[in-house]
This record gives sequence, structure tokens and C-alpha cells, in this order.
Amino acid sequence: MGRMTFVIRRLLLLVPTAVGVTIIAFFMIHLIPGNPAQTILGIHATPRGITILDRQWGLNRPLASQYWLFMDRLVHGNLGQSLFYGVPVGGLITSHLPPTLWLICYAAVIAIVISVPLAMIAASRKDGIRDHIVRAVPLLGLGMPAFWLALILQTTLAVKFQLFPVSGYGTGIGGHLHSMFLPALVVAIALCPVVIRSLRASMLNVLGADYITTARAKGVPGLRLFVRHVLRNAVIPAVTVLGINIGFLIGGTLIVEAVFAIPGLGNLMINSIFDRDFPVVQGVALVFGIMVVLVNLLTDVAYATLDPRVRFDR
Amino acid sequence: MSAISITGQTGPPESAPEATAGERAQPRRARWYRQPALMAGLVIIGLILMAVIAAPLLTSYNPDAQNLNATLSGISAQHWLGTDQLGRDTFSRLLYGGRTDLQIAFIAVLFPFCLGTILGSIAGYFGGWVDIIIMRLVDIVVAFPFFVLVIALVFVLGPGERSIYIAITLIGWVSYARIIRGEILVAKRQEYVLAAQSGGLSNVRIMGRHLLPNVISQAIIYAMSDIVQDILAIVTLSYLGLGIQPPAPDWGTMISDGQNFLTTHWQLTTIPGLAVVVTGLGLSLIGDGLADLLRPGQS
Repeated sequence: MGRMTFVIRRLLLLVPTAVGVTIIAFFMIHLIPGNPAQTILGIHATPRGITILDRQWGLNRPLASQYWLFMDRLVHGNLGQSLFYGVPVGGLITSHLPPTLWLICYAAVIAIVISVPLAMIAASRKDGIRDHIVRAVPLLGLGMPAFWLALILQTTLAVKFQLFPVSGYGTGIGGHLHSMFLPALVVAIALCPVVIRSLRASMLNVLGADYITTARAKGVPGLRLFVRHVLRNAVIPAVTVLGINIGFLIGGTLIVEAVFAIPGLGNLMINSIFDRDFPVVQGVALVFGIMVVLVNLLTDVAYATLDPRVRFDR
Repeated sequence: MSAISITGQTGPPESAPEATAGERAQPRRARWYRQPALMAGLVIIGLILMAVIAAPLLTSYNPDAQNLNATLSGISAQHWLGTDQLGRDTFSRLLYGGRTDLQIAFIAVLFPFCLGTILGSIAGYFGGWVDIIIMRLVDIVVAFPFFVLVIALVFVLGPGERSIYIAITLIGWVSYARIIRGEILVAKRQEYVLAAQSGGLSNVRIMGRHLLPNVISQAIIYAMSDIVQDILAIVTLSYLGLGIQPPAPDWGTMISDGQNFLTTHWQLTTIPGLAVVVTGLGLSLIGDGLADLLRPGQS
């Protein structure tokens, strides 16, 4: 199978998944127990308000036609109206998107910076003491509640020692990097165990290859061997691991954004949950779902393009 | 279906320990206690479970009893970890909170485990349209970040324990289905399955009695890290006020209650968080140890 065929095939596979994502987002409103409009409006529910909401979402129509209405609006960029802010959800999402994208990229970079040296240390002495330590310590990060770590770091490094701003997003690139260091670090720490694990495995894989033995026989020194020969070939799988775990990465930003008051999508979603703003929660969940699907596609295509050894088998 | 080999499961099995020829000759059962990771994990989880179960013996305070004359008291002989803003004993709430969280997490992991194993077996064994439909469904659920979907689902279903079970089941089954399907695809070509098929055994019997015992270990290993994720989900939901409802004690609510007093009473937030971390570490160690134990040979 050729490269082009692979990309086209992958794009076609995307369609049912993307449609499925919209169906799940659509059904969220229908999982609300009882009469959705009544529940959403809560104590402010008036017969008139319920009728307006029913009409806006077409809740009085058959399910298939409701979904059709939902999709029709979606392709026109209409994600509905926020109940709390009274503005279109689409606009809210666009304005909250940049901080989240910043945070995701920043966290990914930090995760790579932490993981690569640790994986190198572990892989260079397989089954040694250092290997065991590098494998065991990140397990702490796996079970660590992100919001808890965020609170602790915020109180110590930001409030007590005033090394970083307590909250916010900063202005300018320098400001972003400074303000979002702690949040990005928290997200990265949750991600590191996964990245270290697969980086170590792929480095061990590379270390067993013939060209490494050749390089060793030629007398290439240890560090140089690692940087020039092993790292180069082990980094592509690591980037792929990040791409595959984009959902995990996004999930991590959710509550961290809320703790550090970063005006991103996660913060928007959490606040909308407190405001019981269903259309916004639905819209953000949908955007996150689509984002994951797209990043997974990009990862696959980029991987196929970057690594000439990839086989396009079925 | 996946075109690129790396798009499969992340984290290939960690290396098996170097075993000498003598050790290898012994039955596998005799070696479990030589796994340092497994042993450490079992000790940690054992101690936590004992403390949580024996909570009434370890503390005489009712976790919900308020004492407004002794709010936010520091660490003392009477209150080992002090009291919170309502004068409730923190140590007692820690133990009883662990009871709530661990109980829900251990129950919550069973539903997706069973559902995913059944659907994964069906998809892998029968293949064809059933397989395509189930795996498309898996792709769709996987598209959503776990925490986004859990929080959104529990939010629309309404806060509480029941919603947690529903949300975790609806989302969690996909990983088990993927794992079991992959294992079954390989195992169903083995001779013992062909023998059972030509012997005229029913498909249900072959799947249940012959295939499942051979493939279930991978799902059990995954279940360990899944419990960790479920505990995190429960604690996070409770932190957001969507999970365990007050006044019932739980680690997430404790962290959330204590965060306003973090600069003056650090223990209110730090200790329950540490409890989550240590529990997660114990379960991860058990998972890693089991992985080494159940799939030697691979490294």
C-alpha cells in the first residue's frame, strides 16, 4: 500500500469516528434525568423558559430530527447559546482555545525534557539500580491527583517563595512561559511515566541494533553514541507516544487550568459545570473529542512520513 | 486494523527479571514472592486496606461528628492529624474516606472489566461485522479524553455514586475490549482451539472455558492501572463537588475543603493527597510486578 493510499484510507476511517463523537456529544443532553429543559433551568424554570429551550434545541421533535438539527447547526459553526453568558458557545470556545493550546504544547515540551535524560539513564544500565529507580519513581506520578499537586506547587513556589505568578496566563511569550510553567509542569509530571516507559523500551530496542554494535566497535564514546545514534532513532517513537496520549494530556489540563485560573477551555468547562451551563459543557467536550481525533490522524501521518521504515501493511 | 505497529497499546511490558536456569525450572507459582515490585505493592496495599477496614479500632472519633469548639486545631495527642474547619477529626476522616474511595474504586473497576472482556472476546472470536462495529465504538469512546468524558457524564447524570459507576463503565470497557480482542485474535489460531472447535464444542464454551483463561491475565494487569485511574477520577469528581456528596468523608472532598487553609494548616490538604499517591503507587507496583510475573520471556 502506498503512502498516499494510507493517508486517504486513514482520512476515510476518520469520518465514522468524527460522526460518533458528535453523536456522543449530542446524547449528553439526553442523559439528563427527567425533562432536560426543566432540569437545566433548575429553580428558574418557568413554563415559558422551558418552551423556549425546547424550541431552541428542538427537544419536542423526534430524536433523529433533533440530531439532524444539531448537525445542521454544527456544520454552520453554531454550537448553541450559552445559558450563563448569553453569547454563542462557538465564540466562547474560540476565545478560550489559545491558552489551552499553549499549555498543551508547553507541557509536552517539559515532558520530553524530563523524560529523555531519565530514559537514557535507565536504558544505559538495564536492570541496574538506576534503571529500577527510574522505573519506580514515575509510578508516583501515575497516581497523583493533578489538582492536588497543582495546589501544593501553587502554595509553595508561587505564594510562599513567589517564584511564579499565582495564577493567570501572562502576556507576551515570556509572560506565558513564566506564568504557565507550574501548570505545564503539573501536566507534564502526569505524562512522564508513560513517555519514559515507552522511550526506555524503544531505546533498548535501538541499543540492540547492529549499527550500534558497529558504532561501539568503532570506538564511539558512550554519550556521543547515545546522542547521535540512539536518541535520534528513539525520539520519533516518543513523539508518537505524545500524539497517542493527547487525550491524556488534554484531560490533565482540565483541572490544572481551573486551579491556576488560566482562561482556557478546561477552565471554561469546569466553570460551566458549576454554572450548570449545559451547552458550553457539551460544546467543549465535542471540541476536545474532535481535537483528539485530528491529533491522532496527524500523528499517524507524520510518523509515516518521518520514518521511512514504516510498513503500510493492513 | 491499525496500519502502524506503534499505534497499539502504549508501554510494552517491562523487562522480565533475569532468571537463572535453576529458577526457571521451578514452577512459576513458587516465584511470586521474589518479585520486589509485586511484594512492595502488596505490602503497601495490604497495610492501607487493613487500616481502612480496621478504622473503627484505630480511631474513636466519628468522621462526621462536628466539634465547633475545636475547629482547625493543630496536630496533637488527641487529634493525630488535627481537625478541619468544622472540628472533625482529620485522621478519622482520612481512614473512613479511604473506605469510601477504595470501595467505590474496586467495585467500579469490575463493571468495565466484565463488559470489556465480553465485548472484546466477541469481537476477536467472531470477527467480521460484529468486530467492525465494536471496534468503531471503541475508537469513538477513545477519542474523548478520559477525564473530560467522565466529568461531563457525571455532570449530566447528576452527582453521586451511581453516576460514577455508570460513567466509568461506559468509558472504561474500551481498553479491556481492545486488550482482550488482540489476545483472542492470536489465541484463536492455536491448536487447542481448533481441536475444541472440531470436537464440536459450542462457541460460548470455547470462549469461556478455553480461550478466556489464557487471555485474561493481560486484562488483570491492566485492571491494576485502571483502578488507579478510577481512584483519581473519583477523587477529582469529589474535589469538583460532583462525586461523593458531603458529609460522607472522602479524600477528594478533604483536599477541596482544606485548600482554603493550605498556608496555615497544610496537613488538611497534603495528607489526603499523599494517601491517594501512596495507594496509586502500591497498585502500580502490583501491576508492574504482575506484568513481569505473568509474561516472562518478553522483555
